[in-house]
Amino acid sequence: MSKSPISEQDLNAYVDGELSAERRIEVEAHLASNPEAAAQVEAWLAQNQAIKTLFNPVLNEAIPTHLLQAAAQAPDADSLSPASLHKNKPEWLSPWSLQRVAASILLVVTGAGSGWIAHEQLHPPVITVAANTRVSDTPNVAAFAHQAAIAHVVYSPDVKRPVEVGADQEEQLVKWLSKRLNADIRPPKLGELGYELIGGRLLPGASGPVAQFMYHDVTGQRLTLYVSTENKDNKDTAFRFAQEGPVNVFYWIDGKFGYALSAGIDKGELARIATAVYAQLDEKR
Amino acid sequence: MSSEARLNEAGRHMTACLSSLRRYAHALVRDRAAADDLVQDTLDRAWTRIASWHESGDMRPWLFSIMHNLHVDQIRRNRLATVPIDDEALTISVRGRHQDHLELRDLDAALLRLPDEQREVLLLVALEEMPYAEAAKVLGISPANVASRLFRAREKLRTVLAEQSTQSLKVVK
Repeated sequence: MSKSPISEQDLNAYVDGELSAERRIEVEAHLASNPEAAAQVEAWLAQNQAIKTLFNPVLNEAIPTHLLQAAAQAPDADSLSPASLHKNKPEWLSPWSLQRVAASILLVVTGAGSGWIAHEQLHPPVITVAANTRVSDTPNVAAFAHQAAIAHVVYSPDVKRPVEVGADQEEQLVKWLSKRLNADIRPPKLGELGYELIGGRLLPGASGPVAQFMYHDVTGQRLTLYVSTENKDNKDTAFRFAQEGPVNVFYWIDGKFGYALSAGIDKGELARIATAVYAQLDEKR
Repeated sequence: MSSEARLNEAGRHMTACLSSLRRYAHALVRDRAAADDLVQDTLDRAWTRIASWHESGDMRPWLFSIMHNLHVDQIRRNRLATVPIDDEALTISVRGRHQDHLELRDLDAALLRLPDEQREVLLLVALEEMPYAEAAKVLGISPANVASRLFRAREKLRTVLAEQSTQSLKVVK
Protein backbone atom coordinates (compact mmCIF):
# COMPACT_ATOMS: atom_id res chain seq x y z
CA MET A 1 0.00 0.00 0.00
CA SER A 2 1.27 3.42 -0.86
CA LYS A 3 -0.83 5.27 1.65
CA SER A 4 1.04 7.40 4.15
CA PRO A 5 0.62 6.23 7.75
CA ILE A 6 -2.20 7.75 9.75
CA SER A 7 -0.83 10.15 12.35
CA GLU A 8 -2.53 11.52 15.44
CA GLN A 9 -2.72 14.84 13.63
CA ASP A 10 -4.77 13.06 10.98
CA LEU A 11 -7.15 11.79 13.63
CA ASN A 12 -7.38 15.29 15.01
CA ALA A 13 -8.18 16.71 11.60
CA TYR A 14 -10.65 13.91 11.00
CA VAL A 15 -12.60 14.88 14.11
CA ASP A 16 -12.81 18.46 12.89
CA GLY A 17 -13.72 17.64 9.30
CA GLU A 18 -10.47 19.11 8.05
CA LEU A 19 -9.45 16.20 5.82
CA SER A 20 -9.87 15.79 2.11
CA ALA A 21 -12.48 13.24 1.12
CA GLU A 22 -9.77 10.88 0.03
CA ARG A 23 -7.81 11.10 3.24
CA ARG A 24 -10.98 10.76 5.25
CA ILE A 25 -11.69 7.40 3.69
CA GLU A 26 -8.18 6.27 4.54
CA VAL A 27 -8.59 7.39 8.13
CA GLU A 28 -11.94 5.63 8.41
CA ALA A 29 -10.35 2.42 7.18
CA HIS A 30 -7.62 2.87 9.76
CA LEU A 31 -10.16 3.41 12.51
CA ALA A 32 -12.10 0.31 11.54
CA SER A 33 -9.07 -1.86 12.12
CA ASN A 34 -7.56 0.05 14.99
CA PRO A 35 -9.72 0.17 18.11
CA GLU A 36 -7.27 2.30 20.06
CA ALA A 37 -7.35 5.06 17.49
CA ALA A 38 -11.11 4.71 17.24
CA ALA A 39 -11.40 5.15 21.00
CA GLN A 40 -9.25 8.27 20.84
CA VAL A 41 -11.41 9.75 18.12
CA GLU A 42 -14.52 8.90 20.05
CA ALA A 43 -13.17 10.55 23.19
CA TRP A 44 -12.40 13.71 21.25
CA LEU A 45 -15.82 13.78 19.64
CA ALA A 46 -17.34 13.34 23.07
CA GLN A 47 -15.22 16.25 24.34
CA ASN A 48 -16.50 18.45 21.53
CA GLN A 49 -20.07 17.53 22.34
CA ALA A 50 -19.60 18.11 26.06
CA ILE A 51 -17.99 21.49 25.49
CA LYS A 52 -21.00 22.52 23.44
CA THR A 53 -23.42 21.23 26.03
CA LEU A 54 -21.56 23.18 28.67
CA PHE A 55 -21.53 26.54 26.93
CA ASN A 56 -24.44 26.49 24.51
CA PRO A 57 -26.91 27.63 27.18
CA VAL A 58 -25.37 31.09 26.78
CA LEU A 59 -26.86 31.20 23.29
CA ASN A 60 -30.35 30.94 24.73
CA GLU A 61 -29.93 33.76 27.19
CA ALA A 62 -31.38 37.15 26.49
CA ILE A 63 -28.54 39.34 25.29
CA PRO A 64 -28.07 42.34 27.58
CA THR A 65 -29.49 45.46 26.03
CA HIS A 66 -26.28 47.44 26.36
CA LEU A 67 -24.52 44.83 24.22
CA LEU A 68 -27.23 44.89 21.60
CA GLN A 69 -26.85 48.63 21.43
CA ALA A 70 -23.08 48.42 21.35
CA ALA A 71 -23.26 46.00 18.44
CA ALA A 72 -25.92 47.69 16.40
CA GLN A 73 -24.36 51.08 16.04
CA ALA A 74 -21.13 52.93 16.44
CA PRO A 75 -20.84 54.67 19.78
CA ASP A 76 -20.60 58.44 19.96
CA ALA A 77 -17.28 59.80 18.95
CA ASP A 78 -16.35 61.03 22.42
CA SER A 79 -17.00 57.66 24.00
CA LEU A 80 -14.38 56.16 21.74
CA SER A 81 -11.46 57.43 23.76
CA PRO A 82 -8.74 54.85 24.26
CA ALA A 83 -9.24 55.08 28.00
CA SER A 84 -12.69 53.62 27.68
CA LEU A 85 -11.19 50.50 26.18
CA HIS A 86 -9.01 49.69 29.14
CA LYS A 87 -10.89 49.25 32.30
CA ASN A 88 -8.37 48.12 34.81
CA LYS A 89 -9.65 45.44 37.07
CA PRO A 90 -8.91 46.36 40.67
CA GLU A 91 -7.06 43.89 42.83
CA TRP A 92 -9.65 43.93 45.54
CA LEU A 93 -11.75 47.04 45.61
CA SER A 94 -10.92 50.20 43.80
CA PRO A 95 -10.92 53.36 45.89
CA TRP A 96 -13.66 54.62 43.68
CA SER A 97 -16.01 51.73 44.30
CA LEU A 98 -15.21 51.87 47.98
CA GLN A 99 -16.20 55.47 48.01
CA ARG A 100 -19.34 54.47 46.23
CA VAL A 101 -20.32 51.96 48.88
CA ALA A 102 -19.02 53.97 51.78
CA ALA A 103 -22.19 56.01 51.86
CA SER A 104 -24.31 52.94 52.32
CA ILE A 105 -22.23 51.53 55.14
CA LEU A 106 -22.52 54.78 57.03
CA LEU A 107 -26.24 54.23 57.16
CA VAL A 108 -25.71 50.73 58.44
CA VAL A 109 -23.37 51.92 61.13
CA THR A 110 -25.80 54.53 62.35
CA GLY A 111 -28.49 51.91 62.55
CA ALA A 112 -26.45 49.17 64.08
CA GLY A 113 -23.37 50.75 65.57
CA SER A 114 -24.24 50.95 69.22
CA GLY A 115 -25.43 47.42 69.69
CA TRP A 116 -29.08 47.72 68.84
CA ILE A 117 -29.66 44.06 69.55
CA ALA A 118 -29.18 44.76 73.23
CA HIS A 119 -31.95 47.32 73.15
CA GLU A 120 -35.32 46.85 71.66
CA GLN A 121 -35.56 47.48 68.02
CA LEU A 122 -35.97 51.20 68.45
CA HIS A 123 -34.22 52.11 65.27
CA PRO A 124 -34.61 49.45 62.67
CA PRO A 125 -31.36 49.26 60.74
CA VAL A 126 -31.34 50.97 57.45
CA ILE A 127 -29.58 49.08 54.78
CA THR A 128 -28.85 50.66 51.51
CA VAL A 129 -27.35 48.47 48.90
CA ALA A 130 -24.80 50.07 46.70
CA ALA A 131 -26.01 50.33 43.15
CA ASN A 132 -24.36 47.87 40.84
CA THR A 133 -23.61 50.00 37.87
CA ARG A 134 -21.24 47.45 36.49
CA VAL A 135 -20.83 44.37 38.57
CA SER A 136 -17.32 43.55 37.51
CA ASP A 137 -16.05 46.86 38.84
CA THR A 138 -15.25 44.79 41.90
CA PRO A 139 -14.62 41.32 40.57
CA ASN A 140 -12.78 40.02 43.60
CA VAL A 141 -15.39 41.19 46.03
CA ALA A 142 -18.14 39.75 43.89
CA ALA A 143 -16.10 36.57 43.57
CA PHE A 144 -15.87 36.49 47.33
CA ALA A 145 -19.65 36.65 47.69
CA HIS A 146 -19.98 34.02 45.04
CA GLN A 147 -17.56 31.68 46.80
CA ALA A 148 -19.48 32.19 50.01
CA ALA A 149 -22.73 31.33 48.26
CA ILE A 150 -21.17 28.22 46.76
CA ALA A 151 -19.88 27.15 50.15
CA HIS A 152 -23.35 27.70 51.52
CA VAL A 153 -24.96 25.67 48.75
CA VAL A 154 -22.43 22.88 49.19
CA TYR A 155 -22.43 22.49 52.97
CA SER A 156 -25.74 23.72 54.31
CA PRO A 157 -27.86 20.86 52.88
CA ASP A 158 -25.52 18.35 54.50
CA VAL A 159 -27.53 16.52 57.12
CA LYS A 160 -24.87 14.36 58.69
CA ARG A 161 -21.74 16.49 58.54
CA PRO A 162 -22.62 20.12 57.88
CA VAL A 163 -19.61 21.28 59.93
CA GLU A 164 -16.18 19.96 60.79
CA VAL A 165 -16.26 21.03 64.43
CA GLY A 166 -19.57 21.32 66.25
CA ALA A 167 -20.79 24.08 68.54
CA ASP A 168 -20.32 21.73 71.51
CA GLN A 169 -16.60 22.28 70.99
CA GLU A 170 -16.83 25.98 70.33
CA GLU A 171 -13.64 26.83 72.21
CA GLN A 172 -11.65 24.41 70.10
CA LEU A 173 -13.33 25.67 66.97
CA VAL A 174 -12.42 29.25 67.79
CA LYS A 175 -8.85 28.35 68.64
CA TRP A 176 -8.39 26.25 65.54
CA LEU A 177 -9.87 28.72 63.07
CA SER A 178 -8.12 31.67 64.69
CA LYS A 179 -4.84 29.86 64.38
CA ARG A 180 -5.38 28.84 60.79
CA LEU A 181 -6.60 32.25 59.68
CA ASN A 182 -4.04 33.98 61.84
CA ALA A 183 -6.63 36.30 63.35
CA ASP A 184 -9.21 36.35 66.08
CA ILE A 185 -12.09 34.46 64.51
CA ARG A 186 -15.17 34.07 66.66
CA PRO A 187 -18.70 33.14 65.62
CA PRO A 188 -21.17 35.89 66.52
CA LYS A 189 -24.03 34.92 68.78
CA LEU A 190 -27.33 35.01 66.96
CA GLY A 191 -29.51 33.36 69.57
CA GLU A 192 -31.60 36.48 70.02
CA LEU A 193 -32.44 36.34 66.35
CA GLY A 194 -33.43 32.70 66.64
CA TYR A 195 -30.30 31.21 65.12
CA GLU A 196 -28.06 28.80 67.00
CA LEU A 197 -24.53 27.90 66.04
CA ILE A 198 -24.11 24.43 64.56
CA GLY A 199 -20.36 24.71 64.18
CA GLY A 200 -17.81 25.65 61.61
CA ARG A 201 -15.28 24.51 59.11
CA LEU A 202 -12.14 25.59 57.35
CA LEU A 203 -12.32 26.11 53.59
CA PRO A 204 -9.92 27.12 50.86
CA GLY A 205 -10.43 30.72 49.77
CA ALA A 206 -9.00 32.62 46.83
CA SER A 207 -5.54 32.88 48.37
CA GLY A 208 -5.66 31.13 51.71
CA PRO A 209 -7.89 29.59 54.33
CA VAL A 210 -11.35 30.96 55.08
CA ALA A 211 -13.77 30.01 57.82
CA GLN A 212 -17.41 29.11 57.55
CA PHE A 213 -19.78 29.16 60.51
CA MET A 214 -23.16 27.56 60.19
CA TYR A 215 -26.32 28.39 62.14
CA HIS A 216 -29.86 27.08 62.10
CA ASP A 217 -33.20 28.15 63.48
CA VAL A 218 -35.92 25.94 64.93
CA THR A 219 -37.38 25.24 61.53
CA GLY A 220 -34.03 23.90 60.35
CA GLN A 221 -33.36 26.92 58.15
CA ARG A 222 -29.60 27.23 57.85
CA LEU A 223 -27.45 30.25 57.36
CA THR A 224 -23.71 30.48 56.96
CA LEU A 225 -21.20 33.18 57.75
CA TYR A 226 -18.13 33.05 55.57
CA VAL A 227 -15.08 34.84 56.94
CA SER A 228 -11.91 35.58 55.08
CA THR A 229 -8.80 37.43 56.21
CA GLU A 230 -7.44 37.85 52.74
CA ASN A 231 -8.22 41.51 52.27
CA LYS A 232 -4.77 42.91 52.88
CA ASP A 233 -4.91 46.14 50.96
CA ASN A 234 -8.00 47.98 52.09
CA LYS A 235 -9.09 49.27 55.44
CA ASP A 236 -12.43 50.37 54.14
CA THR A 237 -15.80 48.84 54.64
CA ALA A 238 -18.49 47.95 52.20
CA PHE A 239 -21.90 46.44 52.63
CA ARG A 240 -23.46 44.80 49.64
CA PHE A 241 -26.13 42.40 48.59
CA ALA A 242 -25.98 39.65 46.01
CA GLN A 243 -28.47 37.09 44.91
CA GLU A 244 -27.01 33.79 43.86
CA GLY A 245 -29.77 31.62 42.54
CA PRO A 246 -31.85 30.66 45.58
CA VAL A 247 -29.27 32.04 47.99
CA ASN A 248 -29.20 35.62 49.23
CA VAL A 249 -25.88 36.99 50.37
CA PHE A 250 -24.95 40.08 52.33
CA TYR A 251 -21.25 40.78 52.28
CA TRP A 252 -18.91 43.43 53.50
CA ILE A 253 -15.25 44.19 54.00
CA ASP A 254 -13.92 45.26 57.34
CA GLY A 255 -10.19 45.93 57.42
CA LYS A 256 -8.50 42.73 56.40
CA PHE A 257 -11.68 40.76 57.00
CA GLY A 258 -14.26 39.88 54.42
CA TYR A 259 -17.64 38.63 55.63
CA ALA A 260 -20.46 37.07 53.70
CA LEU A 261 -23.71 35.96 55.23
CA SER A 262 -25.66 33.52 53.08
CA ALA A 263 -29.06 31.92 53.44
CA GLY A 264 -32.02 30.93 51.36
CA ILE A 265 -34.18 33.40 53.24
CA ASP A 266 -35.89 36.66 52.51
CA LYS A 267 -33.60 39.59 51.85
CA GLY A 268 -35.06 41.75 54.61
CA GLU A 269 -34.70 38.99 57.18
CA LEU A 270 -31.13 38.37 56.08
CA ALA A 271 -30.39 42.08 56.26
CA ARG A 272 -31.59 42.09 59.86
CA ILE A 273 -29.19 39.27 60.72
CA ALA A 274 -26.36 40.80 58.73
CA THR A 275 -26.78 44.00 60.66
CA ALA A 276 -26.63 42.14 63.94
CA VAL A 277 -23.53 40.26 62.87
CA TYR A 278 -21.92 43.47 61.77
CA ALA A 279 -22.73 45.15 65.06
CA GLN A 280 -21.30 42.30 67.13
CA LEU A 281 -18.12 42.12 65.13
CA ASP A 282 -17.79 45.88 65.29
CA GLU A 283 -18.10 45.87 69.08
CA LYS A 284 -15.18 43.51 69.39
CA ARG A 285 -12.77 45.75 67.58
CA MET B 1 -21.46 52.00 -0.29
CA SER B 2 -21.92 55.25 1.58
CA SER B 3 -20.14 55.42 4.88
CA GLU B 4 -23.43 55.48 6.72
CA ALA B 5 -24.67 52.42 4.88
CA ARG B 6 -21.37 50.76 5.61
CA LEU B 7 -21.73 51.44 9.32
CA ASN B 8 -25.27 50.10 9.27
CA GLU B 9 -24.02 47.02 7.51
CA ALA B 10 -21.29 46.61 10.12
CA GLY B 11 -23.87 46.97 12.88
CA ARG B 12 -25.95 44.18 11.37
CA HIS B 13 -22.93 41.91 11.14
CA MET B 14 -21.91 42.63 14.72
CA THR B 15 -25.39 41.96 15.99
CA ALA B 16 -25.42 38.67 14.12
CA CYS B 17 -22.16 37.64 15.79
CA LEU B 18 -23.23 38.71 19.24
CA SER B 19 -24.52 35.38 20.55
CA SER B 20 -21.47 33.59 19.42
CA LEU B 21 -19.15 36.27 20.83
CA ARG B 22 -20.92 35.98 24.16
CA ARG B 23 -20.70 32.22 24.22
CA TYR B 24 -16.98 32.33 23.50
CA ALA B 25 -16.38 35.10 26.04
CA HIS B 26 -18.29 33.18 28.69
CA ALA B 27 -16.29 30.06 27.97
CA LEU B 28 -13.05 32.03 28.12
CA VAL B 29 -13.80 34.16 31.17
CA ARG B 30 -15.92 32.43 33.77
CA ASP B 31 -17.06 35.59 35.46
CA ARG B 32 -20.35 36.38 33.74
CA ALA B 33 -20.14 40.13 34.10
CA ALA B 34 -16.49 40.13 33.07
CA ALA B 35 -17.40 38.02 30.05
CA ASP B 36 -20.03 40.53 28.99
CA ASP B 37 -17.55 43.32 29.64
CA LEU B 38 -15.15 41.54 27.32
CA VAL B 39 -17.88 41.44 24.67
CA GLN B 40 -18.56 45.12 25.21
CA ASP B 41 -14.87 45.98 24.97
CA THR B 42 -14.61 43.90 21.81
CA LEU B 43 -17.50 45.76 20.21
CA ASP B 44 -16.12 49.12 21.30
CA ARG B 45 -12.74 48.34 19.87
CA ALA B 46 -14.27 46.91 16.71
CA TRP B 47 -16.02 50.22 16.10
CA THR B 48 -12.80 52.15 16.54
CA ARG B 49 -11.21 49.91 13.91
CA ILE B 50 -14.16 49.55 11.64
CA ALA B 51 -12.06 50.89 8.81
CA SER B 52 -10.03 47.69 8.87
CA TRP B 53 -13.08 45.47 8.41
CA HIS B 54 -13.54 44.26 4.87
CA GLU B 55 -17.23 44.07 4.31
CA SER B 56 -16.85 41.33 1.77
CA GLY B 57 -15.68 38.92 4.39
CA ASP B 58 -17.29 37.18 7.32
CA MET B 59 -17.02 39.45 10.33
CA ARG B 60 -16.69 36.65 12.86
CA PRO B 61 -12.95 35.90 12.61
CA TRP B 62 -12.22 39.63 12.70
CA LEU B 63 -14.31 40.14 15.85
CA PHE B 64 -12.93 37.01 17.46
CA SER B 65 -9.38 38.13 16.87
CA ILE B 66 -10.16 41.46 18.54
CA MET B 67 -11.60 39.56 21.47
CA HIS B 68 -8.61 37.26 21.58
CA ASN B 69 -6.21 40.19 21.74
CA LEU B 70 -8.19 41.94 24.44
CA HIS B 71 -8.35 38.73 26.43
CA VAL B 72 -4.61 38.17 26.16
CA ASP B 73 -4.05 41.77 27.33
CA GLN B 74 -6.33 41.18 30.28
CA ILE B 75 -4.53 38.02 31.29
CA ARG B 76 -1.20 39.82 31.16
CA ARG B 77 -2.56 42.71 33.15
CA ASN B 78 -4.29 40.69 35.77
CA ARG B 79 -2.56 37.39 36.26
CA LEU B 80 -4.17 36.76 39.62
CA ALA B 81 -7.82 36.81 38.72
CA THR B 82 -7.80 33.55 36.84
CA VAL B 83 -11.19 32.39 38.03
CA PRO B 84 -13.19 35.50 38.72
CA ILE B 85 -16.83 34.91 39.42
CA ASP B 86 -19.64 37.37 39.92
CA ASP B 87 -23.02 37.83 41.43
CA GLU B 88 -24.96 36.04 38.78
CA ALA B 89 -22.49 33.32 38.06
CA LEU B 90 -24.15 30.67 40.13
CA THR B 91 -25.92 29.17 37.14
CA ILE B 92 -22.93 27.00 36.38
CA SER B 93 -22.85 25.65 39.91
CA VAL B 94 -26.57 25.23 40.04
CA ARG B 95 -26.23 23.19 36.91
CA GLY B 96 -23.52 21.21 38.64
CA ARG B 97 -25.76 20.22 41.47
CA HIS B 98 -27.76 17.90 39.30
CA GLN B 99 -26.36 14.42 39.22
CA ASP B 100 -26.44 14.02 35.47
CA HIS B 101 -24.42 17.18 35.04
CA LEU B 102 -21.57 16.06 37.23
CA GLU B 103 -19.45 15.26 34.24
CA LEU B 104 -20.04 18.70 32.79
CA ARG B 105 -18.84 20.26 36.00
CA ASP B 106 -15.73 18.09 35.79
CA LEU B 107 -15.20 19.26 32.26
CA ASP B 108 -15.64 22.84 33.32
CA ALA B 109 -12.93 22.44 35.94
CA ALA B 110 -10.70 20.51 33.57
CA LEU B 111 -10.93 23.22 30.92
CA LEU B 112 -9.70 25.75 33.45
CA ARG B 113 -6.60 23.68 33.95
CA LEU B 114 -5.60 23.90 30.32
CA PRO B 115 -3.04 26.53 29.41
CA ASP B 116 -4.84 29.55 27.93
CA GLU B 117 -3.46 29.03 24.47
CA GLN B 118 -4.70 25.44 24.38
CA ARG B 119 -8.08 26.31 25.81
CA GLU B 120 -8.62 29.05 23.27
CA VAL B 121 -7.85 26.88 20.30
CA LEU B 122 -10.03 24.07 21.61
CA LEU B 123 -12.94 26.43 22.20
CA LEU B 124 -12.62 28.00 18.76
CA VAL B 125 -12.62 24.64 17.01
CA ALA B 126 -14.85 22.52 19.23
CA LEU B 127 -17.32 25.14 20.38
CA GLU B 128 -17.32 27.69 17.57
CA GLU B 129 -16.65 25.02 14.93
CA MET B 130 -14.12 27.19 13.18
CA PRO B 131 -12.00 25.68 10.42
CA TYR B 132 -8.33 25.53 11.39
CA ALA B 133 -7.53 28.31 8.94
CA GLU B 134 -10.06 30.63 10.55
CA ALA B 135 -8.93 29.80 14.08
CA ALA B 136 -5.38 30.45 12.91
CA LYS B 137 -6.40 33.91 11.74
CA VAL B 138 -8.10 34.67 15.02
CA LEU B 139 -5.10 33.62 17.09
CA GLY B 140 -2.47 34.98 14.72
CA ILE B 141 -0.74 31.61 14.35
CA SER B 142 -0.34 29.12 11.52
CA PRO B 143 -2.96 26.45 10.79
CA ALA B 144 -0.30 23.84 11.58
CA ASN B 145 0.10 25.47 14.98
CA VAL B 146 -3.64 25.31 15.47
CA ALA B 147 -3.57 21.60 14.75
CA SER B 148 -0.74 20.85 17.14
CA ARG B 149 -2.13 23.00 19.97
CA LEU B 150 -5.49 21.40 19.47
CA PHE B 151 -4.01 17.95 19.72
CA ARG B 152 -2.19 18.86 22.92
CA ALA B 153 -5.34 20.45 24.35
CA ARG B 154 -7.43 17.37 23.69
CA GLU B 155 -4.92 15.00 25.17
CA LYS B 156 -4.35 17.22 28.19
CA LEU B 157 -8.09 17.45 28.72
CA ARG B 158 -8.38 13.69 28.61
CA THR B 159 -5.57 13.31 31.15
CA VAL B 160 -7.00 15.93 33.48
CA LEU B 161 -10.46 14.40 33.34
CA ALA B 162 -9.02 10.98 34.07
CA GLU B 163 -7.06 12.41 37.01
CA GLN B 164 -10.11 14.17 38.35
CA SER B 165 -12.22 11.04 38.30
CA THR B 166 -9.59 9.08 40.23
CA GLN B 167 -9.22 11.93 42.69
CA SER B 168 -12.91 12.12 43.41
CA LEU B 169 -12.92 8.36 43.95
CA LYS B 170 -10.22 8.81 46.55
CA VAL B 171 -12.04 11.63 48.27
CA VAL B 172 -15.34 9.82 48.42
CA LYS B 173 -13.78 6.77 50.15
